[in-house]
Amino acid sequence: VPWYVELARAVVGTAVVFSGVAIIAAMFGVLLERKISGWIQSRLGPKHVGPQGLLQTIADTIKLLQKEHIVPRHADTKIFATAVLVVPLAALLDYVVIPFGTTRWGPLIFRDLNIGVLYFAATSSLVVVGILMAGWGSNNKYALLGGLRSAAQMVSYEIPMGLALITVALLAGSLSTVTIVNAQRHLWFGVAQPVAFLIFLIAATAEVNRVPFDLVEAESELVAGYFSEYSGMRFALFQLGEYGEMFAMAGMAVTLFLGGWRGPILPPVLWFVIKLYALIFVFMWVRWTLPRFRIDQLLGFSWKVLIPVSLVNLVVTAFVLMVVRP
Amino acid sequence: VTGEAIAFYVLAGAMLASGVVVVTSPNIVHSAVALVPAFLGVTGLYILLHAEFVAGVQVLIYAGAITVLILFVIMLTQGGTGLQFPERNEQGVIGFAVAVALAAMLAVGVTHTAWGRGGGTLPAYTPGAIGQSFLGPNLLLFEGTSVVLLVSLIGAIIIARKEE
Repeated sequence: VPWYVELARAVVGTAVVFSGVAIIAAMFGVLLERKISGWIQSRLGPKHVGPQGLLQTIADTIKLLQKEHIVPRHADTKIFATAVLVVPLAALLDYVVIPFGTTRWGPLIFRDLNIGVLYFAATSSLVVVGILMAGWGSNNKYALLGGLRSAAQMVSYEIPMGLALITVALLAGSLSTVTIVNAQRHLWFGVAQPVAFLIFLIAATAEVNRVPFDLVEAESELVAGYFSEYSGMRFALFQLGEYGEMFAMAGMAVTLFLGGWRGPILPPVLWFVIKLYALIFVFMWVRWTLPRFRIDQLLGFSWKVLIPVSLVNLVVTAFVLMVVRP
Repeated sequence: VTGEAIAFYVLAGAMLASGVVVVTSPNIVHSAVALVPAFLGVTGLYILLHAEFVAGVQVLIYAGAITVLILFVIMLTQGGTGLQFPERNEQGVIGFAVAVALAAMLAVGVTHTAWGRGGGTLPAYTPGAIGQSFLGPNLLLFEGTSVVLLVSLIGAIIIARKEE
């Protein structure tokens, strides 16, 4: 393939993924979050804009687009403005290795990298750079505290997540996401590896800074944490990054543990979407059910519980694979 | 001009530009953040060389972890702002001279090397081959590195617990 075709494909792919994430993950995700939180709290949620409040987020986005950009005095303007780009960009990069389904011409994936899982871990670790930049650039103590907390939290939870990823890679014998989905032909890895699945879900909740791990933006302590000072479309881009990252994590969990696009009768893409939204629902259910941790409990839980458990799980898996079932 | 050459020059330009910001910026946080495009540029070069595993590790460790570590240290040590001690490079002339000398030596070295072309073919699945090499011919190096990492882990724990 000539290089300009590759380049054109990359540009078109980026545009498609960006609009897909913006519409499906961010706009629909926010609506779903508000509806589900409403139902859990015995409310109705948004109801007035469009049928059953379906157009509420579109109205909100249009409102945010028109708002003024406010930059705090003494803020570091360059860092303040760049941070907005880093967070959604890092979230978008995750989607390169997620297989959404399969067609007659092969799996529906942007690029089946042979380091897929490693790539996912690498790009999701870039988000924290953007969060730290936002926290520091705002020149606001709450934002800075939020940024520092996020760095501590995301670095701590990357380790159990990485160990869970390695466990799955061991079972499949590959880092490629398509190979991992194909290896679940007979048994989902979520069934074969419930411990790794649980660890991945907990670490994913922490990586996307959601309750019970949302110390980064705990509104009762830090206003809105690292994005306290952002207004208008910049605020919306942070939301986009956050929801994009959450959908990417859920998509990766489906790929690694729930058999990806595999399922009977229904078309593969539909299976993927059903599993994806089931996991998104679990994330939202957890968010509106559990209270928030304290920061020391949060870090202690990762280092003293999750990391030892995932290390033991990894060793046991390797032992079973090599010795018991060679 | 091939696509690879264009990609190389674009990446090299981006890396040079961010490198200049890293060494000249008076604001240490700007320097730290400007490291990210430089690291990502190196990642791009690895991808051009079909070293995908190394590229993934480069992003994970350098762009993801090392940058965060540097930013974290700056924010914890300088009152959270990183602006208490503006960076003034008092050795600019010496540094520039050293850099020019190094660049000249590299240029001479690069032009006088007979590049070993066609050294072999890539395995179909590079991560597996890298693992085999770590636990095969390069086992001693691998174990040596793990001892170094263990020592630094224990050292970090000892330093962190000193107050008790």
